[in-house]
Amino acid sequence: MAADLVFYGFALLTVLAGCFVVFSRNVVHAGFALMFTLLGVAGLYAMLGADFLAVTQTVVYIGGILILVLFAVMMTRVPSQNAPRRGLDRMVPAGIFAVAIFALLYKVATGTSWPTATPGEALPTAKLIGVKLMTDAIFPFEFASLVLLVAMIGAAILIRERKVLPAEAPAEEAATEAPADEPEVTA
Amino acid sequence: MTVGLPHFLTIGAALFALGIFAMMTRRNAVALLMGVELILNGANVNFVAFARYVDGGVDGHLMAAFVIVLAAAEAAVGLAIVLAMFRNFGTVHVDTVNRLKR
Amino acid sequence: MESITGLLTKIFGDGMSPMALLISGGLTMALIMSLVMAMCAIVFTWMERKVAGFLQSRYGPMRVGGFHGVLQPVADMLKILGKEDIIPDEADKALFMLSPFVIFIGSLMAWAAIPFAPGFIASNLDLGLFYIFAVSSAAPAGILMAGWASNNKWALYGAARGAAQMVSYEIPLALAAIPVVMATGSLNMNAIVDAQGGGVLNWYIVHDPFLFLAFCLYFIASIAEVNRGPFDMPETESELVAGYHTEYTGMRFAFFFLAEYANLFLVSCIATAVFLGGWHPIAGPVFLPGLVFLIKAVILVFLQMLVRWTLPRLRVDQLMHTCWKVMVPLTLLCVLGSGIWMMVSGELL
Repeated sequence: MAADLVFYGFALLTVLAGCFVVFSRNVVHAGFALMFTLLGVAGLYAMLGADFLAVTQTVVYIGGILILVLFAVMMTRVPSQNAPRRGLDRMVPAGIFAVAIFALLYKVATGTSWPTATPGEALPTAKLIGVKLMTDAIFPFEFASLVLLVAMIGAAILIRERKVLPAEAPAEEAATEAPADEPEVTA
Repeated sequence: MTVGLPHFLTIGAALFALGIFAMMTRRNAVALLMGVELILNGANVNFVAFARYVDGGVDGHLMAAFVIVLAAAEAAVGLAIVLAMFRNFGTVHVDTVNRLKR
Repeated sequence: MESITGLLTKIFGDGMSPMALLISGGLTMALIMSLVMAMCAIVFTWMERKVAGFLQSRYGPMRVGGFHGVLQPVADMLKILGKEDIIPDEADKALFMLSPFVIFIGSLMAWAAIPFAPGFIASNLDLGLFYIFAVSSAAPAGILMAGWASNNKWALYGAARGAAQMVSYEIPLALAAIPVVMATGSLNMNAIVDAQGGGVLNWYIVHDPFLFLAFCLYFIASIAEVNRGPFDMPETESELVAGYHTEYTGMRFAFFFLAEYANLFLVSCIATAVFLGGWHPIAGPVFLPGLVFLIKAVILVFLQMLVRWTLPRLRVDQLMHTCWKVMVPLTLLCVLGSGIWMMVSGELL
């Protein structure tokens, strides 16, 4: 019973904050709402017995990706604080599509008789995951590190200030800030 | 009704639908990326829920961990692109950026 | 938690349901941790002023409370509580009010996995060390929130610097603890402390030369992680007034202040548990474990204060250079070297 209440608490946090991310016209607010969504999802992981994943979610998403997103929002701010109101021509089809997808997934989720086994006591998963990463999943593990390396180098190259000759350097480019200390590689 | 697999799947579906909606309506590139994060999180909730209630092992956790890793890589490159875009065009609205060169 | 729930059972009898016991135990523990955080701020502000005074050949506070100004922090506290609560007109009000709590709760949550004494740990998590680093990684988001919401250039610069610095220094901080995790074979804080029992020679700091280097790197990174001098870029008073909390007053400022000193003590507690044997004394049997732990942690805090008041401040680019080009490679070297050392000495299977 108490576990149910905890679930509904996290679920409410996740979905409400998610709605805020989607509907808020202020992108900075959306970014901070994303933090609460990610926190709620971490809580759901913890409820599902995925302790390692819950902690990883906190480190990587809240400590890394979210900070990157917030930095990006703040660096790319244009003087008008709020985004222009989104037109109905976009909202209506998108809304219909999103609701349709949700309805379909909801029907599948509740209508199917999943082969559920009653889950036992949640055991610590870190060791199991570690062993799996070093045995069965060694190839995806190495591949993921390669992807991260490529992403790191790619991001560093993309973000680098181009050396522009003084004669052709346009004025506004000199004015943009140099994000030299951007912690790009934290992820 | 006690909390079980369908509840978690519903949360996953809700996050997914919200993410889709954000990606279809947002014009700010950073907000688009937030939509992508919502979609990935929705998928991850499903992975972990199935690992708990159907599979019983940690394979789903592993998959979710890889998704998190790829999300990190995606965020780094995506935001670098957004910043480069802002530097070149002075805006991050995806529909105003419709040329390959400045 | 075990000792707390045991105590509660003793007081209220066995009639409590397990859930009520869990909730009341958790609340008691949270209360104790909040008190610990408040005590940190009270004790360490006084200590900080005294250390600063000592290093600058002056007395520091002398008047309030008779002996060497021991009641000065209380007077400061009353002063802070009496201040007007100002929210700037142009501030982003919701975020402005939220951010002190985000920072404070992030700091409070980390205390849950610190083992002060045998059995005295709020939550004996299997992933204790990882959990601590995870919840303290939420702080940069709170700092960015504060800096953005203040709508003030100094605050925003301070927040941007602070977030970049904390996100960067988290990496050497966590990597420096990896060799210990390898040696113990567990992330559980109790297991890490238990493995260091039986005298100073079993502490991880003298386990092998790489672990000693790892401890030094951890210490440096921890100073940067709590934004103190010589790495106090986010609140360089000569450049940025007070950094991200420039606009905060009264109780809201007090939350930042509490979190700052609590974090200072927190990183010292982690270092104590991970490298300095936790509650195990230098020699002999376990004796007054909580006190031993506190003494070690306070000595580390004292060292951090000495460093703060001795060394000049770094520049921002030097700060980032130190992190990414010096400390991260060195911590990776520690992980590698320590692993090889353990393999050669036959500790690792």
